[in-house]
Amino acid sequence: MKLAATIVALALLIAAGVAFHSSIANEIPSSERRSGYTFMGPETRAMQDDDTTNPGMLGVLDGETLWNQKAGTANKSCADCHGEGKRDMKGVAARYPAFDKALARPVNLEQRINLCRARHQDADPFPYEKHDLLALTTFVAEQSRGMPIAPDPSPELEPFVAKGRDFFMHRQGQLNLACANCHDDNWDKHLAGSAVTQAMANGYPIYRLEWQSLGSLQRRLRNCITGMRTENYNFGAPELVELELYLMTRARGMPIETPAVRP
Amino acid sequence: MAAALINVPKKAKSGDVIEIKTLMSHIMETGYRHTTNGKVVPRDIITSFTCRFEGEEVFRADLFPATAANPFMSFFTVATKSGKFDFEWIGDNGFSETASARITVE
Repeated sequence: MKLAATIVALALLIAAGVAFHSSIANEIPSSERRSGYTFMGPETRAMQDDDTTNPGMLGVLDGETLWNQKAGTANKSCADCHGEGKRDMKGVAARYPAFDKALARPVNLEQRINLCRARHQDADPFPYEKHDLLALTTFVAEQSRGMPIAPDPSPELEPFVAKGRDFFMHRQGQLNLACANCHDDNWDKHLAGSAVTQAMANGYPIYRLEWQSLGSLQRRLRNCITGMRTENYNFGAPELVELELYLMTRARGMPIETPAVRP
Repeated sequence: MAAALINVPKKAKSGDVIEIKTLMSHIMETGYRHTTNGKVVPRDIITSFTCRFEGEEVFRADLFPATAANPFMSFFTVATKSGKFDFEWIGDNGFSETASARITVE
């Protein structure tokens, strides 16, 4: 009887231990959180650090021009409402994706720009991943460079963060992989020749050398999703925005590097 | 007008070796790629870059299809006197951009 009780107690302990362990393994402790920058070689870091070698800065220049350009039938520029981009956009990107009351769901920075175009400028939306939207987003995000990521604290966002987290933790696709299998459990290893990294989204839009251009976080997410052999989502899909939202809460406090250079 | 980033030291001492860095935005399409329908994507690259100091050529480069997008060029010259550097990029489809930067030599 005593032996049986001990076995039961032991089994419970082991079960508790396993549960405890798996919940720990799923999260990277804050002391171990690392920007993708720290996984790069010295040449790529140097390229990002110098504003005359960082090709993302070309997007920032174009974005600033767009910021001051009148658009749409309202004939208004971003600056007409928001003021000087370099002064008044500080810290804005650090809290995106943010909750939009009218849509009752989170929107990312690209979507916010297009909502502004629709609601205030009476202009056509910029197509996703084309230079104009990337440049304007990069310009706005660059104003938060060096500032810590500070996700929108609206309680309305909580269910969306939870959905994003689910997406990240859930095995899916033909390879039956979850984002977490690489980016939480194996970030210190390599996949082929490349560092796996921790999926800290603190430098978007990034200039990716492989792309030879600027690209959004959603472009990067779609790359990974294709790699997992899962059915992909369109740009702007709610699933991708929720995943973005979770990634930003995950990278909370990490300084923004936009426009980051990545291999 | 395509965006360009130029880095020339604002000041230098006479005889100093100075580094000049330039970055020009350009897609540098090689002409070797095909669309999913098999159509060739036509070549669209910068073919030549020139830097002149007060009208005198100090650096020139020819570019070819293997060059990455947004070509970055860095080179050195000796500061002799105050004046103006003029940069010129010429490429396919009538691409032509210029930029300039001043230096004060003490």
